[in-house]
Amino acid sequence: MTQALVTPPGPARTTSRPSGLFGLTPASRIGLGLALVWFSVLVLLPLAAVVGAAAAGGWGAFWGTLTDAQTFAALRLTVMEAAGVTVINAIIGTIVAWVLVRDQFFGKRILDVVIDIPFALPTIVAGLVLLSLYGPESPVGINIVNTRQGIFLALLFVTLPFVVRTVQPVLLELDADVEEAAASLGASRMTTFRRIILPSLVPAIAAGSSLGFARAISEFGSLVLISGNTPYQTEVASLKILKFIEGDNQAGAAAVAVLLLLVAVFTIVLLDLISRRVARRG
Amino acid sequence: MKRVIKAAALAMTGALALTACSSAGGSDDDGQTIGIYGFAVPEAANDAIAAEFEKTDEGKDVKFSGSYGASGEQSRKVADTKGKDVDYVHFSLEGDVTRLVDAGLVAEDWNTGPNKGIVSSSVAVIAVEKGNPLGIKGWEDLTRDDVKVITADPASSGAARWNILALYTHALSLGDDDAKADEYLKDVFSNVTTWAASGREATESFKKGVGNVLITYENEAILAKQKGEELDYIVPDTTFLIENPGAVLEDADPVASDWLEFVLSDKGQTEFVEKGFRPVGGLDISGIEVDGANDPAAPFPAPSKKLYTIEELGGWKAVTAEWFGKDGVKLRFDNLYAEATKQ
Amino acid sequence: MADTRQIRARKGPVTYVLRFFVITYLSVLVVWPLWEVTSRTFAPTERGAEGGFSAFLERLQDPSVSYAFGLTFTVAFWAVLINTVFGVGISLLITRYRFPGRRILSVLIDLPMSVSPVVVGLALVLAYSTGQGWFGGALESVGIFVIGTTPGLIMATAFVSLPLVIREIAPVLEEIGIDAEMAASSLGASGWQTFRRITLPSIKWAVIYGVVLSMARSLGEFGAVKIVSPGAEFRGETATILIQNRYTNYEEPTAYAAAFVLVLASVLALVVVSLIRKEES
Repeated sequence: MTQALVTPPGPARTTSRPSGLFGLTPASRIGLGLALVWFSVLVLLPLAAVVGAAAAGGWGAFWGTLTDAQTFAALRLTVMEAAGVTVINAIIGTIVAWVLVRDQFFGKRILDVVIDIPFALPTIVAGLVLLSLYGPESPVGINIVNTRQGIFLALLFVTLPFVVRTVQPVLLELDADVEEAAASLGASRMTTFRRIILPSLVPAIAAGSSLGFARAISEFGSLVLISGNTPYQTEVASLKILKFIEGDNQAGAAAVAVLLLLVAVFTIVLLDLISRRVARRG
Repeated sequence: MKRVIKAAALAMTGALALTACSSAGGSDDDGQTIGIYGFAVPEAANDAIAAEFEKTDEGKDVKFSGSYGASGEQSRKVADTKGKDVDYVHFSLEGDVTRLVDAGLVAEDWNTGPNKGIVSSSVAVIAVEKGNPLGIKGWEDLTRDDVKVITADPASSGAARWNILALYTHALSLGDDDAKADEYLKDVFSNVTTWAASGREATESFKKGVGNVLITYENEAILAKQKGEELDYIVPDTTFLIENPGAVLEDADPVASDWLEFVLSDKGQTEFVEKGFRPVGGLDISGIEVDGANDPAAPFPAPSKKLYTIEELGGWKAVTAEWFGKDGVKLRFDNLYAEATKQ
Repeated sequence: MADTRQIRARKGPVTYVLRFFVITYLSVLVVWPLWEVTSRTFAPTERGAEGGFSAFLERLQDPSVSYAFGLTFTVAFWAVLINTVFGVGISLLITRYRFPGRRILSVLIDLPMSVSPVVVGLALVLAYSTGQGWFGGALESVGIFVIGTTPGLIMATAFVSLPLVIREIAPVLEEIGIDAEMAASSLGASGWQTFRRITLPSIKWAVIYGVVLSMARSLGEFGAVKIVSPGAEFRGETATILIQNRYTNYEEPTAYAAAFVLVLASVLALVVVSLIRKEES
């Protein structure tokens, strides 16, 4: 019933009470050492290798790749699509969360499970799933292959749960008294929503949106079968990277990858800031 | 309830552990597996040849494992893993094998045999929607406004480079000088709706209805028809002879050499022919019906004006150095492409 | 309280419009496409051919398909195992101990979730491939090959699902606080005893939940795996790669069958998760 797959940013990271924490014991020192070694081997060193490969050709080569007309068009398309999807999700995600929390009707619990499916589904399967209804053999006569609308639809699909799952728990915990008070003071439902409810949802919507944005920017699997890779038209950043890799241009691939990495880092830092603000307020 | 969940969790873990063990055992590499790395389109043919090879004395108990994809990417993967678990490569372009020679993985003399290292061949053709509603007759029609072309992308695909040369030599056959040929190429490029990653992905895009004309290998068009796809293909007046190299890696299992020999034998080439490839060597194809060809009894018509070959253009080394840049370097093709696709 | 409920439960036309909108949106975006895949999975491939469940099973029994699923499970199993051990350890460290860089570490832990799978694959290749990786040569000299082998697949999978376990356990550890553990250790319990008797029981459900989530994610990983895998039948072809290969190689029925199995697996994971949630509360 409550949120499932997308853990909202919240008390996941400890920010308070450092005084109550233990100092490192010998055993925990070893544990920390091992954990750091593994984390470096698995995540940090490979990512450093990407940055290294992008830097190998010097600033000029790096900048040249990113400003190449075709690469730039792919990056711009990626950002525009992701931004559009994020806006739609912020609105529709909030509406969906609202209906799931405040409305009661038959089949609501099924809808609640449906929300998580896009997140649990393998991305390549997500692409296949969308193609089976909106592809070349579409029973409804819509073919989204190699169109910007197709990319948009795929991104909407894979980012569906983010805003819903971050807004839902906040909505559940909202204090009814305030709404009641507003209503008894003659506020219309719209006013109540706008003045009372929405402000308390904003951090959650922001958090869900940035998670969704990061996901949309980096999405790959679901677009493989849908995007036709037409330069300037339907080529997105992750597929551009794949093309660079396939075309044996590692430096180009690394340059675009570094840009996506920056977006990822920016997003998690933003989330951290949001969660700290919420934590301080609460 | 608790117990149910516990039991389910236990059962799941148990099942996972079991599959983990059993398949971990199965993935071990025993000496009798031939690992094939190939470009995107010959999978069906290689599988058919493999089935025949397994019936021979040398091929008894041999297993196959094939990886297929864009030629350049496949070649890089082999070089990257220093040929681990790879015995035989079948690429679209000579240069993709040369890379492995440079990496010390394939013998220097790989292309000195009677077949010059070539194991399969085909020609570039134009595939169109069934019934050819646009009335496409040849390369000159690809500049028309109502034509939406799909081709593979030369950046990653070998097939695509053959396609580009077919277009270029068409211009040459009309007596065009280089500037005029470039104009023609740009006209076609501006009609391209999809630059697919590999020859197979180009076919895939065509099936999805993204464009209405596909430049492809003859064998790929024939295979698509064999698989029941709704398309026709045209062998234009002039076209280009596509020759795909194959080679055995130096530290490959000895059985891989038997395999290469079998691929080049009449039996092996017959399988290629049945999947739509033109034969390499002196195979007599009379009596072989090629399902899916325009005329199954005479499946491989010579183009009515001329069949160009890579030798006439000075060989792949010269052509690559003139046309196709890598690592962001822009050569003749790359510049034309950039100009034609500019918005 | 009753009043509140009335206020909240008051149903105007807006309620019905929103309800209708949400149901339609989710149906068009998720339910209908899923239904379409299901029906194609069980549809006869050509006129006169047999469809239905037996044809579906037959497609799955192809040796290369069973290899792909076997490999997928093997990879997912090890990736989840590694992530669980690592996840429990690092969650304990960042919620229980004080050390320099703790905050940076706790932020960095989340990074893998937002990195594009293609970038993950590229990163592993640039670091560990024999031909051109930073450490490829050194690893080769001791006989270790990462890229193109099962360990490489496990690393790629472990990378993308790394934060899932931690994200479940850390908040719970935070919430239960350290009083009980303090008490135990002041009564003379060893660190291990404290962990086993006090800490572990309280994070049990979070661990299981994290494991199920990681499992679902690991089974379905595609992008990162595609870059590091040779992608050949019987050699590195996981279920998701198989789906792409078959789909582009005129074997759509097999692609649909394999896809359906993965759909089932992820729905199953969701059901298990919701059962655990119920159990917990």
